[in-house]
Amino acid sequence: MKTLSIALKIFLIFTILTGILYPLLVTGIAQVVFPHQANGSLILKDNKIIGSELIGQQFDSTIYFMSRPSAIGNNPIPSGGSNLGLTSAKLMAQVAERKAKFITFNQLDKNAEVPSEMLFASASGLDPHISPEAAELQINRIATVRHFNSIQKQKLKTLVYTMSERPQLQCLGESRVNVLLLNIALDKIK
Amino acid sequence: MFTTHDFLQIIIFLGLLIGLTPVLGNFMYKVFSGEKHLMSAPFGWLERLIYKLVGVDSTEETNWKSYAFGLLIFNLIGFLFVFILQLTQAYLPMNPANLPNVSWHSAFNTAVSFMTNTNWQGYAGETTLSYFVQMLALTVQNFVSAATGIAVLLALIKGLSRKTTDKLGNFWVDLTRSILYVLLPLSILFAVFLVGQGVVQNFDSYQTAHTLQGTEQTLPMGPAASQIAIKQLGTNGGGFFNVNSAHPFENPTPLSNLLEMLALLLIPSGLTFMYGKMVGSRKQGWTIFIVMFILLAAGLAISLYSEYNSNPIFGNSALMEGKETRFGITNSVLWSTATSAASNGSVNAMHDSLSPLSGMIAMINIMLGEIIFGGVGAGIYGMVVFIILTVFIAGLMVGRSPEYLGKKVEAFEVTMAIIANLSTSFVILLFTAWAAVSSLGLSSLNNAGPHGFSEILYAFSSAAGNNGSAFAGLNANTVFYNLLLGFGMLIGRFGVIIPILAIAGSMAKKKITPVSTGTFQTDNWLFVTLLIGVILIVGGLTYFPALSFGPIVEHLLLNNGITF
Repeated sequence: MKTLSIALKIFLIFTILTGILYPLLVTGIAQVVFPHQANGSLILKDNKIIGSELIGQQFDSTIYFMSRPSAIGNNPIPSGGSNLGLTSAKLMAQVAERKAKFITFNQLDKNAEVPSEMLFASASGLDPHISPEAAELQINRIATVRHFNSIQKQKLKTLVYTMSERPQLQCLGESRVNVLLLNIALDKIK
Repeated sequence: MFTTHDFLQIIIFLGLLIGLTPVLGNFMYKVFSGEKHLMSAPFGWLERLIYKLVGVDSTEETNWKSYAFGLLIFNLIGFLFVFILQLTQAYLPMNPANLPNVSWHSAFNTAVSFMTNTNWQGYAGETTLSYFVQMLALTVQNFVSAATGIAVLLALIKGLSRKTTDKLGNFWVDLTRSILYVLLPLSILFAVFLVGQGVVQNFDSYQTAHTLQGTEQTLPMGPAASQIAIKQLGTNGGGFFNVNSAHPFENPTPLSNLLEMLALLLIPSGLTFMYGKMVGSRKQGWTIFIVMFILLAAGLAISLYSEYNSNPIFGNSALMEGKETRFGITNSVLWSTATSAASNGSVNAMHDSLSPLSGMIAMINIMLGEIIFGGVGAGIYGMVVFIILTVFIAGLMVGRSPEYLGKKVEAFEVTMAIIANLSTSFVILLFTAWAAVSSLGLSSLNNAGPHGFSEILYAFSSAAGNNGSAFAGLNANTVFYNLLLGFGMLIGRFGVIIPILAIAGSMAKKKITPVSTGTFQTDNWLFVTLLIGVILIVGGLTYFPALSFGPIVEHLLLNNGITF
């Protein structure tokens, strides 16, 4: 009986401490020090939310840079990957289809090497990034569809270059471009 | 292509791990041996207040049976609380997404899962659980289940280092100190850091974004950072969102990724150092560390080979299925190896889509009993099971009575060690076999061929090893899997903890034989080799047949271009 009463009381105390006070304390600090990040790194335009810097959106229109394939169509409720194994016939077919599509969509050479993140679906289904190479391969198509003159096209090339992120602290992770941020900047090219 | 850039990232990670091990280990030594330490000033009053409020005499010590009884009662209360909160969340506050009550079988599975430090998730967080349940039920269990593991280890250490007593310490004191001085301060620091990198921490309702292409996208919100910090540090692994640390809101940058990976090995690794200091010989601690490190590095090498190898189906393409661009292949495989070794179970890539041998390494890490760093506390007490078997086998070979740390290892200890070892293999092999021949088990598969079998094998390994990661294509949110995996987790947790406490109790009663020239040393390279040998032979013989039906045959088929 004594053990039960101690167990109940100590459980109550730790529930208050780690289940209420701890998250509240972290929320308090976070909202003061990093309010933008704590609230989802949201991008606002005319007081409307366009998206989050961290969450990838679906881009399949010819006027935008394409995002990575997503098993959930970039709908975050809930997040998910394909969970297909490498011996899945379905995956093999998907990869072949995506490759053909990327090549015709961007009018590339038939044997062009397509960066592999454009062939395979991401883990979260919400990957905001593609590689700088995958962005460069799309420049010609976007410039043509948007009827860019040579100065605008040069601006677009510079944009892809400047918006490419190097590995963090020079050594962590991969080089990448945030597709949503790139497309927002693309819309601003005059 | 594996480049120097990839190699450098691995070196940075392993270097940080080695460097921080003695620092944290030393701090934990001070905390748990009752010395003055960094946190006594800010939190000491709270410790004393807690004892006063619950009526615990912190100097009173108990025998192994009372220690185990307190632990079980405490865990049972935790289970019931998590279970009931999920069944009633629709009537409770802080549920902005208006999520309905959870089904009884999913609630049972999740309650067992978080109580046992497994954090297997049959549900998707953002569409299943309210903020109230995530905080009051799950975040709390993240702390207390980790502290339970540390408590069991502390009792075992007392059993090994004391003589002719039956006292193993005080469960409530061990629990309280683990949370107040180790888990909570580290979690606060880490959570704030994570928010700085972009992890969300708020109580807002889900936001609607109007995308550039003119559609709507719902963005989930919530108090994620506070849960993610402890999920990594406490080797829990249960994600706030469905895809865990692959979610950009849960692991937004390569730097957050590095530190989340480090956090999942940090405490188990530091505990090896503390263990050595507490049993009176740092070399004993480093011996365990080295065995763990060698097994981790070997698994990592095989996984990297498998991921970077070309195959006839996808040629030289980097195998990016189920991986995130910001992490790339190396960080995904480094994580999958670390998380399976550490009994953490969080993921930053979809393990179901890993190449066959990398998926197999993750499974083997779990199957060996979560002893390659393993769970917080659980890794070392699991390793002691193998140490007992090793000194026993070595004793048989040279024909002398086996000893560990000056204590005679006798029939009782070996029996208990075997029970602990068999309870996990019982779950993995028999439950997998059942699921593989029943329509209830097979109807949940996402993949055909040997990979489908791997999905089942991984699930029960993960449950029995209290890991929690998954080949997530398997639809485990069914009555069959929720119940069977739930029982698997219970057996895998308490089927080890109780024998371990029994060993601790029996060891404490023994005398300590002084070291002589005839003593079989357990802190040299010969012992490292023997221990690794025993781990691999016991693990290998038990699981090789099952693995050959799954990942091994899949690897061969992949290299011949065969698909299903």
